[in-house]
Amino acid sequence: MTKYLLLKHYRGAPAAVNDVPMDQWTPEEFSAHMQYMQDFAARLEGTGEFVDGQALSPEGTFVRSDGEGRPPVTDGPFAETKDLIAGWMVIDVDTYERALELAGELSAAPGAGGKPIHEWLEVRPFLAAPPTITE
Amino acid sequence: MDEALLRTLTPTVIGILVRRGADFAAAEDAVQDALIEAVRVWPDDPPRDPKGWLVTVAWRKFLDAGRADTSRRQREVRVEGEPTPGPGEMVDDTLQLYFLCAHPSLTPASAVALTLRAVGGLTTRQIAQAYLVPEATMAQRISRAKRTVSGVRFNQPGDVATVLRVLYLVFNEGYSGDVDLAGEAIRLTRQLAAKTNHEEVAGLLALMLLHHARRPARTGPDGRLVPLAEQDRSLWNTRLIAEGVDVLHTALTRDRLGEFQAQAAIAALHADAQTAEETDWVQIVEWYDELVRLTDSPVVRLNRAVAVGEADGPRAGLAALAGLDAALPRYAAVAAYLHERDGDPVTAARLYAEAARSAPSLPERDHLTRQAARLNAQLRS
Repeated sequence: MTKYLLLKHYRGAPAAVNDVPMDQWTPEEFSAHMQYMQDFAARLEGTGEFVDGQALSPEGTFVRSDGEGRPPVTDGPFAETKDLIAGWMVIDVDTYERALELAGELSAAPGAGGKPIHEWLEVRPFLAAPPTITE
Repeated sequence: MDEALLRTLTPTVIGILVRRGADFAAAEDAVQDALIEAVRVWPDDPPRDPKGWLVTVAWRKFLDAGRADTSRRQREVRVEGEPTPGPGEMVDDTLQLYFLCAHPSLTPASAVALTLRAVGGLTTRQIAQAYLVPEATMAQRISRAKRTVSGVRFNQPGDVATVLRVLYLVFNEGYSGDVDLAGEAIRLTRQLAAKTNHEEVAGLLALMLLHHARRPARTGPDGRLVPLAEQDRSLWNTRLIAEGVDVLHTALTRDRLGEFQAQAAIAALHADAQTAEETDWVQIVEWYDELVRLTDSPVVRLNRAVAVGEADGPRAGLAALAGLDAALPRYAAVAAYLHERDGDPVTAARLYAEAARSAPSLPERDHLTRQAARLNAQLRS
């Protein structure tokens, strides 16, 4: 079993096929989208593959140390330049192929016109615990 | 509170319920409920007959669950009316459970979870924690697994090889949380070895014991991975090594070699060397040749190249790498090691950095990054 992160971007990923901003959808389209996401997570829990799902606020701040005894320096938000993570889902699956299959399904959530968004999701494996037997 | 006893009794009690007519899924649920009650009640009120207590409580839980589920009522009546099979026809219930929980219709992850619960007596929460998934997810994984095997007859003979693959996974791929999965895998393999007369079960048990013996030396105080050649061998557990070697010798005398015996033989040769320099690499290469013959696995060929590098020099090791797919996991790490031994630190540093980027685990990545950093610092000075 490997855990994979399915990463959803507000910005930074290639454009979706059905690329209409959410605030342009009808309320029904929006509800249908939310329902799809909930059903998807519930189904994965049922198959024993769900680990976690979270959404992030688009507002964020960059922070760095400015030396001992000084408050940290903040900067941003950099509205148009940076990659923007919208949220993620973590799954625990038997194969990489299964991870791709599920990411494909998630990407097909309905958007404007009730049609699948076909958005690009990033699939990244978690680093696992090291195996005991290696030689 | 004897949790070890509780866990040992788990498969026996499931077996008794199944023989009384409960189906496996319901029996397993009932025993799990009884275990949880035992953990609650036993510390203050230890039973005189733990097994009898578990059977009574689990059977009551089974009947209660049946009563609660009206759709099952009819079947329950039928079940209660059936005579209990006599002890004369007993096959080993625990052994049957091993086969059922490792049934080939299950995915590896499901088989692992079901084995740990029904044979190992772990709770769903413990299994979920060991594999870092939510308890609800693990509960679903287990109930789906039980549905998958619901049509399998309990007394059907199974294939030991599928059970061994599951136990190997439990030993080799888990996190070290509260539950010691490696220790649990050894316990379950030891129990299986006592019930079967199969040389590969012994081979796997020996392999586990020999690797478990090195555990105190495998990580440094700061959590970093210590490679075999640099391990403090005085930390190796000599009792486990002696047992592993003994189990392996008995298995090998049957002259039916299999991959676990061959892997254990390699581990035994490492265990036999007082220092890394004393390692009998020539013999290790011979065992790898056997393993290649038995498995034809590219991962085995990769490990063989390391052994050849030690036995016949890095050039020979690099030659043994030729023909292998460079995309194999840990290929770059092996190539880096051989190039460094061959006196080419530039190539080695580049390959170590490449290996670090594709490392499948954090300790390995840290180890490989450190190797690249060490060589790059050398090259600068």
